[in-house]
Parts: sequence; C-alpha cells; structure tokens
Amino acid sequence: MRIALFITCVNDTLFPDTGRAVVRLLERLGHEVVFPSGQTCCGQMHYNTGYRRPAARLAVRFVQTFDGADAVVVPSASCAAMVRKHYPKLGRTGSRLSRRMADLGPRVYDLTEFLVDVLQVTDVGAYYPRKVVYHPTCHGLRFLGLGDRPYRLLRAVRGLELLELPGATECCGFGGTFAVKNDDVSAAMGFDKARHAVETGAEVLCAVDNSCLMHIGGTLSRQRSGMRIAHIAEILASTEKEYATL
Amino acid sequence: MSSATFLGMPPFPEAARSAVADSRARHNLHKATHTIRGKRDTVIDELGDDWQHLRAEGEAVKTHTLRHLDHYLEKLEESVQHAGGTVHWAADATEANAIVTRLVERTGESEVVKVKSMATQEIELNNALEAAGITAYETDLAELIVQLGEDLPSHILVPAIHLGRAQIREIFLDKMAEWGVPAPEGLTDDPRALAEAARVHLRELFLRAKVAVSGANFAVADTGTLVVLESEGNGRMCLTMPETLISVVGIEKIVPTWSDLEVFMQLLPRSSTGERMNPYTSSWTGVTPGDGPQDFHLVLLDNGRTDVLADTVGRQALRCIRCSACLNICPVYERTGGHAYGSVYPGPIGAILGPQLRGMSSEVDRALPYASTLCGACYDVCPVAIDIPEVLVHLREQVTSTDAPLGEKAMMAGAEAVFGSSMALDAVQRAAGVVRGAVPEHLPGLAGKWTDTRDVPDIPKGSFRSWWHEREEGR
Repeated sequence: MRIALFITCVNDTLFPDTGRAVVRLLERLGHEVVFPSGQTCCGQMHYNTGYRRPAARLAVRFVQTFDGADAVVVPSASCAAMVRKHYPKLGRTGSRLSRRMADLGPRVYDLTEFLVDVLQVTDVGAYYPRKVVYHPTCHGLRFLGLGDRPYRLLRAVRGLELLELPGATECCGFGGTFAVKNDDVSAAMGFDKARHAVETGAEVLCAVDNSCLMHIGGTLSRQRSGMRIAHIAEILASTEKEYATL
Repeated sequence: MSSATFLGMPPFPEAARSAVADSRARHNLHKATHTIRGKRDTVIDELGDDWQHLRAEGEAVKTHTLRHLDHYLEKLEESVQHAGGTVHWAADATEANAIVTRLVERTGESEVVKVKSMATQEIELNNALEAAGITAYETDLAELIVQLGEDLPSHILVPAIHLGRAQIREIFLDKMAEWGVPAPEGLTDDPRALAEAARVHLRELFLRAKVAVSGANFAVADTGTLVVLESEGNGRMCLTMPETLISVVGIEKIVPTWSDLEVFMQLLPRSSTGERMNPYTSSWTGVTPGDGPQDFHLVLLDNGRTDVLADTVGRQALRCIRCSACLNICPVYERTGGHAYGSVYPGPIGAILGPQLRGMSSEVDRALPYASTLCGACYDVCPVAIDIPEVLVHLREQVTSTDAPLGEKAMMAGAEAVFGSSMALDAVQRAAGVVRGAVPEHLPGLAGKWTDTRDVPDIPKGSFRSWWHEREEGR
C-alpha cells in the first residue's frame, strides 16, 4: 500500500526521530511511504486557540496537499483528530470545500489505528527490552477512540514490560496554548502525571502524540527523574538490530 | 451578616495561581471529586448500554424543548395559573430581584428561608433582599456553611466542597449565634455532630418562617408542576411549611411532560451524587387548599438565556441540568477549585455558560473559555451530551475576533506565515538547527511560562523533511 505521511509541524521540526521511525516501520511491513513536500501544519493550534480563519486556510492547504491519497498516516492523534473531526466544520456548510474535507477525513489515520485497523497487524516485529508505561492522550482516547489499539501493539513487542499507569485517562495538562496561558494549572497537572509515571518504576513513558510528550518529558527532565519519553512509533520501529543505535 | 460576591475577582489564570498553591484545598478537592467520580462510574456502568440511550433521550428532550421554548413557556404559564399560582416574567437579575423583594414585602415579613437554588445565586438575590431589610436564610447544609462563613460557593452541587470539617466546625462556633440558635458548646468536628448542630439551628427557622424562596430542577409545562431534587429534606421543609412560596426558575428548566421528566429523574441523581435515586424529590403544582403554601409565585428568569439561545453553537449549554459531573471529572477544576472561575457556575459548564449569560465583555469572562485543555472528559460524562470543548473553541473565536491580546495575535500571524509555505517552514527549521546549542534553559516572555517548570526539548540538527529529501536524493 502507498501511504502518504503527514509528519506534523511539531514532529518535523522537533522530533524527526519519530518521523524516521514511522518510515522505517511502515517500510519494514512492506509498504511504500511518500512524503508530499508541500505539507506544513494542520492548523490545530490556530483552531484550538480561537483563530478560525487561519486554521481554515491551513486546512485548505492540507486538503490540497493530500487530496488524492489512499491513506494519510499521522504520528499524532491530535492532528489526526483535527483533520477528521474539526475540518468538516471549517468550510461553509454544504460548500465544495467542506465536502472535500469530509471526504478526506475518513482516510486520515493515527499511526496506531492504521496499523491495527487497516494493515491489521498488532505484532509488528519489534524488540524493546524496557519497562514502559503508556499515557493515552486525550485526543487519542476521547476524540479518535483508539481504545486498546496502542496497548495491543505494545503487548506484542518482544522484551517490553508494559506497566499500568495510575490515573492514565487524566489529561497531562499540555492543551496547546493552555500550557502558557494557564501555566500554573498546566504545570500542576504535568507534575501529577509525571509523578504517577515515575512511581510505576518504568524507564520509558510513551504516547501517540509528541506535543503531550514534550510537556510530560519537559517536566520529567526538569525533575531530573531519569525517566525518558518515546513516541510509540520509536518503540514499534525498534528491532534487535536497531535497538543498539536508539 | 453580609453576603459575599464574585464581583472584582481576577481573571482565571491569576485566580488559579493562588488556588493551585493552596495544597490543603487541592487535597480536599482531589479526595472529594475522586470519591464522587467513583460513585458515579458505578451507578452508570451498571446500566450498560441503557445509559447512552438515556443520555440521547435527555439531549433530545432538551433540544426539542429549547427549539419550541416560546410554546412551552406559555403552556407552563397557563398550567401554573390554572393550578392557582401566579407567574411573573423577569428579563434580568434586577427585575427578578425587584419582583421577589416586592412579593416578600407584601407579606409583611422581613425574613425568608431558602431552598438551595443556583438561579437565586446567579442573580445575587440574598444581597438584594438584604438591601431591602429582608434576611434570607440558606437552609441547604453546604449553602448554610458558605453563608455563615461569608464565603462563596465553589461547586454547583456541593458549594462548600473546598472546606474541611475542622473549618466547618470553626464557622459554626463563630457564626451560628449571629444568625439564630448557636452551636452547642464543645462541638466537635465529627460529621454527625456538625449535622446535628445544623439541624437544631435550622429547625427553629423552619418553624418560624412564613415565606420561602426556591429554585427548581425542572418545570413540567403540561401540568405546571415544579420539581426539586435534594438529599437532606431541608428543601422539603421550606417547600411545605411556609405560607408563601416564591420560586425563581430559569426559562430553560422546562420539560414538556411527566414522561419527559422520567428521563431526567434517572439522569440527574446518577450524574450528580452518584446515586440511583436521591433521597428527597418534592413536586408541587400551584396551590392545594389546606396543604402547603397557600400563595405560590413562579418567577421565570431570562437573564441572558435568550441571547444564549440565539447562538446556534452555544445554545447547547442551556441543556445543562446542573448535575456537576463535568466539575467532578475536570482535571483543571480539581486543581483550582471553583472560586477561580469567578462565578456561581464553576468548572467546564461554568466556562461556557457564564461568559454566554453575561456577554463576554469582562476580563473574567474573556479568560474563561481558555480555562480548559480541551481534554473532552466533560463531554464524555455530560448526561445531556453538551459538547463543552466545541463551545469553548466557539467562544475563543469570539474573543479573538473582537479583542485578542496583541502579542498572541502577532504570534499566530507569524505561525501562519511560516506554515503558509513549506519553503518558509524549511528556512525556519534550518535556522533553528543552527542556533540549537544556544537555547538557554530559561526563556523570556511567553516562552518563560514554559521554561519556568519544564525543560525545552533538544532542537535536532536537521528537520524530518531535510532528512527525507537527502534520502530521496541519495536513492
């Protein structure tokens, strides 16, 4: 299958390792990955902060870039949710644009749902000998309804010990511009999330969204906790051979 | 004796700062909200798929009623009048307060007992009555604590949720005597002892009062029946013993028929106290000769509700049945408590309802739509499926379209320019790759709000797209 990768602006700029992991993983599973080079940002930050018109312009750009794709894979649940759930509301009701957006939406997948639902694999042949906790991000959990898909993928990873994260379904406190607009509350929520994770004794906290991980990881790092963060793609991409280089 | 007011409170981020720093309040709130959450989950899980059916039915009834509100309001008026009650229409808080004050003055009484009521809190009725020389006694236990403590409510269902029992004991010992029967000497902070002190204090008021003021959870248009759900029985005392009863009810509280009411009798207790059924449900229809209050007045309150109804996205907030499930699940509310929201309606529902009712002109109201991470937990638990995140974003759009902070506006425009072309984004990424080693641990300005508590991630040498293009060229 020919898969169009929407890397997202955050991953592209700050977490290229995640993008490389997605490419490695999908190619290892025998699929062709393309990267439409006109892509930039889905407009989620603008939309969520109340800047609807810039968000709509970025949405148009996204639709033009990915229009013909069979499947668009996104290593970020919140960006996938932006395209699938919110784009159809951005065009005028009944307009050609909103129809195109509604048409593209169902073909846009978070990485984990693409693996489990479309490619129908849970054992992707990964090896990752670490104690890991999974933080279900809000957009993955409540907006996309990822359910147990990420857990099924992680449980099939050889060497990986999946620990239970207390208070898992509670938001980490990132919330986009919330993190700076309401920094005290954001920090308090991040602190509690980090504390719950550290108390499990896990070495790595993983999730399907690097923006949440940037917040939790920034908190863990400031606390000198020794716990590291990893996007789930990086865990699923690693094998015995590649593990040494990670 | 005086009543506190939310007027003059700082906007949410500032109010939240001191709230987050109060570790005792945070401990109390964590414990209380998680306890109610657990109880709610149990009584909702036991319903299985039925819960979602009930929820859809509740949403449908409310949506239908709001769509035909003009019809049902007139129907309600007709039914109440037919049953011997008098109906008054109040466009805003000032009108409602004037009507209630006039009605109390007409009885010649200078005191009223009150049933827990959000509508009368919203219009600050107690302050208006006080200005007219009338004392309003709150009889709901938590409202009583808040009133005695000259405090403000911080939760819709449990207004004193921010107080521990030791604090409540202090308030009872200090203040009860000013208002009536004093607290017994040697009062301990044992919950039973505190409840008994309140019971003795309130009993004297119930026996004495000639006038009661209430709100209502529901108003059945078909029969003109008002309904109050409560736990303590104090509401029932107020609703049955006095000679005159004045009920102040928001116009969105209508349900068409008793069979519609049946849906909410299942939705509300499970969502609010986590019970299958609440201990006391009182319903009354106009006046019944020889039984209960012989003079009944219904004050129908608009106070911004028709403005909310005119907003096609925002109007879903009017479906709210004040259960508090969204407060109890909200991770932001759990850490800030209710006072930070600067209104009688705190939490997620308060962040969408308050600004709409009041009109988004104050700093407080313009900050509230941002008092959320948009995590969506509130929408999940809402028994009438109010999509709170959707309304929050909608209200944020109203904030930015009128008077957005200049710095933020510039940042958003800058981001759009960068994201407007992949070449511009590539250029910014390359520049970032050059300065990557020189990013200080603590940044100034808005970025400092991040680095105060969190490290910034290491900026990579190259972006994903530069790696991809190099790889493609190498093939």
